[in-house]
Amino acid sequence: MRKLLAILAAVFCMAAASDPAERLPDPAQEARARELFKEVRCLVCQNESIDDSDAPLAADLRRIVRERVAAGEEDAAIKRFLTDRYGEFVLLRPAFSFGNLALWLAPLLVLLGGVGLLLARLRNRSPEAELTAAEAKRLKALSGE
Amino acid sequence: MIVELGAFALALGLALSIAQAGVLAFARVRRSPGLAGAGEGMALGAFLAIAVAFATLVWAFVVSDFSVANVAENSHTAKPLLYRVAGAWGSHEGSILLWCLALTGFGAAVAGLGRGLPAGLKATALATQGVLGTVFLAYTAFASNPFARLATPPVEGRSLNPLLQDPALAFHPPLLYAGYVGLSIVFSFAVAALIEGRVDAAWARWVRPWTLAAWSLLTLGITLGAFWAYYELGWGGWWFWDPVENASFMPWLVATALLHSAIVTEKRGALPGWTVFLALAAFSFSMLGAFLVRSGVLTSVHAFAVDPERGVLLLIILGVTAGAGFALFAWRAPSLTPGGLFAPVSRESALVLNNILLAAATATVLLGTLYPLIREAMTGEAISVGPPYFNLTFTPLMAVLLLLLPAGPLLAWKRGDALGAAQRLWAAAGLALLVGVAVFAVVSPKKAFGAAGMALGAWLIAGAVAELVERGRAFRVPAAETARRLVRLPRGAWGMTLAHIGLGIFVLGACFETGWKAESAQAVPLGGQVSVGGYHLTLEDVEAVEGPNYDAERGRLVATKGDRLVCRPAPERRLYLPGGQTTSEVAICHEGLSHLYVVLGERREAAGASTWLVRAYWNPLALLIFLGPAVMALGGAISLSDRRLRLGVARKAEAGA
Repeated sequence: MRKLLAILAAVFCMAAASDPAERLPDPAQEARARELFKEVRCLVCQNESIDDSDAPLAADLRRIVRERVAAGEEDAAIKRFLTDRYGEFVLLRPAFSFGNLALWLAPLLVLLGGVGLLLARLRNRSPEAELTAAEAKRLKALSGE
Repeated sequence: MIVELGAFALALGLALSIAQAGVLAFARVRRSPGLAGAGEGMALGAFLAIAVAFATLVWAFVVSDFSVANVAENSHTAKPLLYRVAGAWGSHEGSILLWCLALTGFGAAVAGLGRGLPAGLKATALATQGVLGTVFLAYTAFASNPFARLATPPVEGRSLNPLLQDPALAFHPPLLYAGYVGLSIVFSFAVAALIEGRVDAAWARWVRPWTLAAWSLLTLGITLGAFWAYYELGWGGWWFWDPVENASFMPWLVATALLHSAIVTEKRGALPGWTVFLALAAFSFSMLGAFLVRSGVLTSVHAFAVDPERGVLLLIILGVTAGAGFALFAWRAPSLTPGGLFAPVSRESALVLNNILLAAATATVLLGTLYPLIREAMTGEAISVGPPYFNLTFTPLMAVLLLLLPAGPLLAWKRGDALGAAQRLWAAAGLALLVGVAVFAVVSPKKAFGAAGMALGAWLIAGAVAELVERGRAFRVPAAETARRLVRLPRGAWGMTLAHIGLGIFVLGACFETGWKAESAQAVPLGGQVSVGGYHLTLEDVEAVEGPNYDAERGRLVATKGDRLVCRPAPERRLYLPGGQTTSEVAICHEGLSHLYVVLGERREAAGASTWLVRAYWNPLALLIFLGPAVMALGGAISLSDRRLRLGVARKAEAGA
């Protein structure tokens, strides 16, 4: 229980990324850093980005990202630096890689499969033009109109 | 002594559930009305027994009986009464008992209210509900007993997480659970339909009100949770794509799909297999949600009551129950007669598209939630799936769904007229376009996605209004005639329109808040200023406050815009004494539908002077985010009050067909 409380105390902390002590002087660079923070996981927190967490490790990661943004590095290079150091786990947006193929493509497959089934059904059995008199009467009774 | 009464009532409830399942199954085989009546009595009895058990647990929390392990672990005498009561469902054991209360409650409701139900269907459905009750009550009694005593009771309880001491969160679990478990009765109806071999309009008509009730409760429960996160976690976020939020969102998505497919099955006799499948899936996702939340298998912000061993048991229950349901489906579904035919452009097609998109959205959320687990189990590599993934997959699917939505209700059954629907929607489309362009042109900074979202929200609302105009033949017949027609519209139609308008309201709020919220944070001394969104906040004073079970620092601020005094926010930073945790009490000023959101952070000592970290957020139209779903739930409730869904009417309609 004590451990749980300690975890919770670490988890429920306030958004820390806006701390004035950490900010970059250039607003454009600061804005870019903030966008990047949202894609980087606070490794010791439970499902929080470093934008939201005030765990010390999150502050360290923010410092690293800000330094690299200030040094003019590209977003991709900064992310590569982070994954080289901490593994894929650090990115909240999983890479579009072979291992994640199912993750990215499954929604599309469900969509295409569903539309395919619908089209197959529509082609195989196309109905007579209008509601039959019996169907119309039944619908009317059901709709209460 | 009273606690032992609770334990006894729990055992009695379990025994009655077993008897309910057995007697009703036997009654179905023998076609005996007398036995069926006895079985229904047992369903009522099981509910009463669990109600007594639950009341006992609440009582133990109210009087702080720390000889009960669950109370000692999760309560404290310093807690206000409301939160002692809410503590009864704050723990694992208590929440599962609440689950059982809802499960037996819905069974009793069907037994008591379902007078018009065909005898066979009713007996089979209630027998199935009895089996579900047996499984969950056995789990409660043998693996998660909330009434277990301690040999040496502690003098004081060990409290509950202070973040949970909040009115929204006190009512969040009961609503959510009532919604989750309301889907159990839909599951039972589906199993019964498969056993009886009949999925027809009458069946769909019986399933729809229960789905509606569960869906409305689930909508409110999820919204309350999001609202809690919004003002309690202290950074103004309201949805984090956290696994446990997803766990409650998946049953909602499936229930939404089911609501729509059940209409097709009811009105046109089509898609019987798919509707039954969704009915089974909805409760399976509820159980998956309970498993995810209660086992702690996914590390998540919400893992309040983590217990892996019970998690395995819950996983077995989930596997066996859902597995049995789907196995029955695989066996029996091929014999279901596929019903009415329809053209590519028709109300049926529109509702099928709705279902396909919702199914794809559910698949996205399911994969996003479980993929890290699967990948880690298979390859040992840990990955994270966070909000950016869902923004890229879920959001486009929903955008397509919302784009198509207004056309659906304007298409006729069987064969619709696409051109006619388009003609009726041109005004709505024009208005939506206007809103999008206006937002893009006027609101700064310019954001194309945000403006498109606003157009989409306006499109939903205007589309729903266009549908009302069509139904009332407004502008084509005299106004009095239009009014007469609208008054005579069935409540179900009003419910649908309201729910769609509510969705539009939500989209407006969510897109505007996400796109244009502003944030500012400063470490300020007394008298210092923080500015955000044109508002200036001055920290006038910080005082010490002593609460019932916490000490706090309360900031006294004044918010002004130009010369106008807007409000006096008083955010607090609390230290809860029993657990030593700090939380922040946010101060929210309502400016119309928008929020000025103020948080008091830590005190910092620098060069002999104290400063406080003050964070201020401008959350424009934030209220709509929570108002929208409330309107949706209201639509569900109005639909539920429709005469046509009331018990007994279904039969007459069938007889007249």
